[in-house]
Amino acid sequence: MKLKQLSLFLENRPGQLRAPLEALGQAHIDLLTMTLADTAQFGILRFIVADPERARQVLEDAGMVASVTEVVPIQVDNQPGGLAAVLTSIDDAGLGVEYMYDFGAASRGGKAAIVFRFEDPDAAVSALEKAGVRILSSEELLK
Amino acid sequence: MSAWNDPPGGFHPVSAPDYLPREQLRAVQLQRLQSVVARAYDHVPLFRSRMDERGLTPASIESLGDIARLSFTVKTDLRDTYPFGLFASPMEEIVRLHASSGTTGKPIVVAYTQADLDVWSEVMVRSFAACGLHRGDVLQNAYGYGLFTGGLGAHYGGEALGATVIPMSGGNTERQLMVMQDFGVTAICCTPSYFLHLVESAKDMKIDFSRLRVGVFGAEPWSEAMRDRIQADSGIRAHDIYGLSEIIGPGVGVECAAQHGVHIFEDHFYPEIIDPESGAVLPDGDEGELVLTTLSKQAMPMIRYRTRDVTSIMAEPCECGRTIRRITRISRRSDDMFIIRGVNVFPSQVETALLRVEGTLPHYQIVLTRDKGLDQMEVKVEVTPEVFSDEIRKLEALQHRLESSIENILGLRVKVTLVAPRTLARSEGKARRVTDQRNV
Repeated sequence: MKLKQLSLFLENRPGQLRAPLEALGQAHIDLLTMTLADTAQFGILRFIVADPERARQVLEDAGMVASVTEVVPIQVDNQPGGLAAVLTSIDDAGLGVEYMYDFGAASRGGKAAIVFRFEDPDAAVSALEKAGVRILSSEELLK
Repeated sequence: MSAWNDPPGGFHPVSAPDYLPREQLRAVQLQRLQSVVARAYDHVPLFRSRMDERGLTPASIESLGDIARLSFTVKTDLRDTYPFGLFASPMEEIVRLHASSGTTGKPIVVAYTQADLDVWSEVMVRSFAACGLHRGDVLQNAYGYGLFTGGLGAHYGGEALGATVIPMSGGNTERQLMVMQDFGVTAICCTPSYFLHLVESAKDMKIDFSRLRVGVFGAEPWSEAMRDRIQADSGIRAHDIYGLSEIIGPGVGVECAAQHGVHIFEDHFYPEIIDPESGAVLPDGDEGELVLTTLSKQAMPMIRYRTRDVTSIMAEPCECGRTIRRITRISRRSDDMFIIRGVNVFPSQVETALLRVEGTLPHYQIVLTRDKGLDQMEVKVEVTPEVFSDEIRKLEALQHRLESSIENILGLRVKVTLVAPRTLARSEGKARRVTDQRNV
């Protein structure tokens, strides 16, 4: 199922990453997974937490603006070629991947979890389910 | 055979009005003022209606003091009458148009008859002569050629002086330096910041510019400290030249050998200092906004044009012997306009550009810096929730759209930097949109 991810705009200068993480830490919010995209001028911190609405509020109270984006967590065989197999299904469904990253905390039993961002998440979920790709539910990810 | 203005140089005949006895100068000014007011009244509907509103006719100007009865002309008057609404000559008599940026993306157009161009050349000759240039000087003109008045103004003035003019235009530092060395350049016209860059590059490239003697610098504000640095680094004499397109271009005034204040060519441009709030005329010595009236312009007379430049009139005689009065170095402006690379910019133009892209005005700040002698303008734009995208390519596309939108309006390539929301300083009341770090 789709998952809510939070994204935060960061300027490319020292201290920019620490401020949001400190705010989240003081509110006892645990980051389940995160990735940092960077360019020469700015970065985008993307992360997943159990309660995105609360995290968004905490950040807003700290003077930061986080946006919510829907991403699709997909189960992948944790072995050589596992991700390639899923990407084949994605290609066959004609879907474009905006970005993706590993959800390490949710891998278990020879299975890994990868978070994908598609242009149209709803269309991606239905196309991939048809193709037999296993999409993880938030219960599975967060347990 | 020698000529009057061979080195070491003496008195240039064209410079004679610089030394007119004050009463004679005032008589010339009054005669010309009456004539230009009549011309404006007869040929320019805007001036006529403003005088009619005040119950004035050209005959109302009986003394120089009567000028204070006339309305001011402001930059928006040029915009509102774009392109030709303030012309007082038919197009058949206009031989040149120049243009500079206005407040809304429309340029301001200025016109010259042949007689106007002759006056322009004359004041440029007088400017160069006051800087110590003469026949035999090799003048590298690095002001931009084109719609900007700097390039052609200095060009024809240099030729009329009898100097050898090299029409370099701006940019291409290596080529500038090659020419400077190989052609034995003795004088240069450009912005002071660009000259500093040339000097730095010349030292790196081991260019010999020892024949260079004089720099005539303008088109941007600069300080006494910058002059000290230029003179110490390069060994030349650096002179400030003042002008604005609305009045004529460069050559409204210049510093003489004393380098203490800018002499205004008062027989062609009548200066007043006013209180920018009340509009009242201030006495000599008081600081206020410079207002100029063109006394001899035909194609486009300007009556009491508010320059927005803040200065004061130095009435005491100058040690150089000129009787035309000086103004003190212009350090700031009475509005929020700033000048970058010779282009007039209002923060409102940047706002218009930002609005065009996203429809809502984000918080922004303009930062002016100087890098390698060139003015740089950076616009910091807060990434609001409305425009924030989680995808880098969309943010980069936003940045590029903002840059092109600003370039379309200003005609200047500027750098747009996206910054985090709520990071730009908020101020009570009027926002401080511009941070000038150019240290002039």
